Amino acid sequence: MSSHSTVSLKDQILNGIIKENTIFKLALSLCPSIAVTNNLKNGVFMGGAVLFVQVMVNMTISLMRNVIHPKVRLPIFMLVISGWVTVTQMLMAAFAPDVYAKVGLYIALIVAFASILARAEMFASKNRLMPSMADGLGMGIGFLFALTTISFFRELVGKGSLWGYPIIDTKPVLLLILPAGGFFAVGILMAGFNWINARAAAKAAAKAKAALAAH
Amino acid sequence: MSHDFTKLFELIVSASLINNFVFTRFLGLCIFFGVSKKMETAVGMSITFISVMMISAAVSWVIFNLVLVPLEITFLQIIVFIGVIAGLVQLSDTIMRKVSPGLYYKLGIYLALISTNCIILAVPLINAEEKYTFIQSLAFGLGSGLGFALALIIMASIREKLELADVPAPFKGLPMAFVITGLIALAFTGFSGLITL
Repeated sequence: MSSHSTVSLKDQILNGIIKENTIFKLALSLCPSIAVTNNLKNGVFMGGAVLFVQVMVNMTISLMRNVIHPKVRLPIFMLVISGWVTVTQMLMAAFAPDVYAKVGLYIALIVAFASILARAEMFASKNRLMPSMADGLGMGIGFLFALTTISFFRELVGKGSLWGYPIIDTKPVLLLILPAGGFFAVGILMAGFNWINARAAAKAAAKAKAALAAH
Repeated sequence: MSHDFTKLFELIVSASLINNFVFTRFLGLCIFFGVSKKMETAVGMSITFISVMMISAAVSWVIFNLVLVPLEITFLQIIVFIGVIAGLVQLSDTIMRKVSPGLYYKLGIYLALISTNCIILAVPLINAEEKYTFIQSLAFGLGSGLGFALALIIMASIREKLELADVPAPFKGLPMAFVITGLIALAFTGFSGLITL
């Protein structure tokens, strides 16, 4: 039992990071992926906030799943989500005021994330506490991973620095930290993911074909 | 009076062109990429958005300034605004179904999608933060709605043409849409400095 459940927990976490990555695969909750990713620090903090909200919402909904009447479940989910977002907003304003000044509006808008409501509805409202937590963790880490990748790329190429420290000495490509550059960065990264996936699929297909021919 | 009017006009222009929700504030992107594939849906969505944005700007201004501020519970604004918008959407859904079923069948699906949309929620949040007056809030809602409609319609017309273009395989679909949006956003940066508020 225990070994079985650890495997499935791990799978659930990996599912959110790779198979159902909110930004690169499902193309949901895109707003912050462009708005706050012009430097690494903002991206990581935003991703962290989403991770926190996702895990807490999943836990709360999972614990309350037997008391919520199915007819009023959506308003209740929204209430729970906006409650946790308010908590996050206040925590961030208290402990990271410089980041909050820049990303405050987008923190508030986590409420409107389709991905968080979707996980609450599809997973947490039907599963026990531990799997729901793992699911939230996976989805949240997937989001954090996407935001970190985008902001890493944008700050490194666009400003030649990381987390505010200069890294490269050459003249940076200013376009990427401009607002418009965010769209280019996400488009290029998405295409890159598609390319890697297509190559992996082609390789697997070729391997299968070769194995078949060898037979 | 005329000075006030100029101010309002400036607000509308700045909300729709200079601080366009899609191209400079990056809000509403899910819907923007989701419904900009066809011109017809884009137009239907734009009409629904403009009206819901203005109504929700008005209602949430009243609630924020007459209930939340006097009671000093402004930290509850997210919860309250979400509730207001969900309620409004439900209400207009019901009214539309009774009053004009034809329109309902055309725009009904979009209405349901709107209640958890970030740009609808952003309007009252920004209004509250900037401490706009009632009329200014309305103007901001109208301007933002017009800007979003403009973005949707530009994008839809480009994407209809894009169907025929030969795009490199990894860029097919969404990545290409992102790159195009980047190009439009670049063009929209030209509007900055048009009006200094």
